[in-house]
Amino acid sequence: MTMLHTVNKSPFESNTFDTCLGLAKSGSTVLLIEDGVYAATSGNAASDKIANANGISFCVLGPDLQARGLESKLADGIKVVDYEGFVNLVAEHDTVQSWL
Amino acid sequence: MAIKKFMYINRKAPYGTIYALESLEVVLVGAAFDQDVSLAFIGDGVYELTKGQDTKAIGQKNFSPVYSALGDYDVNKIYVEKESLEERGLTLDDLQHLVWEDEDEDYAEKDSIRLVSRAELADVLDEQDIVLSF
Amino acid sequence: MPIEVNGKSFETDEEGYLANLNEWEPDIATAMAAAEDCDLTDEHWDIINFLREYYEEYQIAPAVRVLTKAVGKRLGKEKGNSKYLYELFPYGPGKQACKYAGLPKPTGCV
Repeated sequence: MTMLHTVNKSPFESNTFDTCLGLAKSGSTVLLIEDGVYAATSGNAASDKIANANGISFCVLGPDLQARGLESKLADGIKVVDYEGFVNLVAEHDTVQSWL
Repeated sequence: MAIKKFMYINRKAPYGTIYALESLEVVLVGAAFDQDVSLAFIGDGVYELTKGQDTKAIGQKNFSPVYSALGDYDVNKIYVEKESLEERGLTLDDLQHLVWEDEDEDYAEKDSIRLVSRAELADVLDEQDIVLSF
Repeated sequence: MPIEVNGKSFETDEEGYLANLNEWEPDIATAMAAAEDCDLTDEHWDIINFLREYYEEYQIAPAVRVLTKAVGKRLGKEKGNSKYLYELFPYGPGKQACKYAGLPKPTGCV
């Protein structure tokens, strides 16, 4: 079973991101969307957690990153996807867990 | 009417929720009343001021240019908390350069953003007559 | 209620403001003004064009106080007062001029 997790809350505002990381298993993918994209920026506590999360792939929704003016702050190792890429991720995984 | 010190506290990131835009609209409406207005950006609120916002792909209105109009509304005390920026891996360079024109000095451009520590902001907050939180 | 200009129909809201500001063209301003018995002069156009530029840059229609100050700076002190602006736009420089310029009603304007 491969699972796609989506996170739409800022890691600095709620513990959604931490909860997701705690329950995501190796081989799963975490897609950061809406205010969740702040976790994809470099130089903060969230980027350290991403760097230390072994076996989990991280993606971020490009349009949400652009909207917030943060493209240049993207941390290493995170793949940017567009809406089509979002759909592909959903199709490629067995289940989708939307953390709210 | 006596002039009161108004402080608007902004703690939410833009676009994910409506708070940031609502705050901005209240500030603009309130600016018509000639009060002593300050804005504070703390926590995720600092994300409201990032430069280079482009919302075309998410289908929402990009309201970040409105912050640069605040100077025209005599809203020129914009406090940004240093710790909040640092916790998020941001610096002042990641934010818009907000200025106001001083009519009394031949429209000289002056910086609106004041970078303050949490302790300094606590003092500013303590001086206010009315505090509104978003 | 839509308005007809040059054979085309443009959607407006219940107060007559253009629904989609990207559809604006100068003839719309002229038609809106004519409907209110107002002939647009160069002085009117100065204000209308300024409002459109301001909206383009800041994404808001300026409050009257801001408009007055900015007009004083750009077009001269003698024009930067509400008397001058109200003579041009007797229904209120914010409301009336913004409407002709195809902008939404200024924030804070009742």
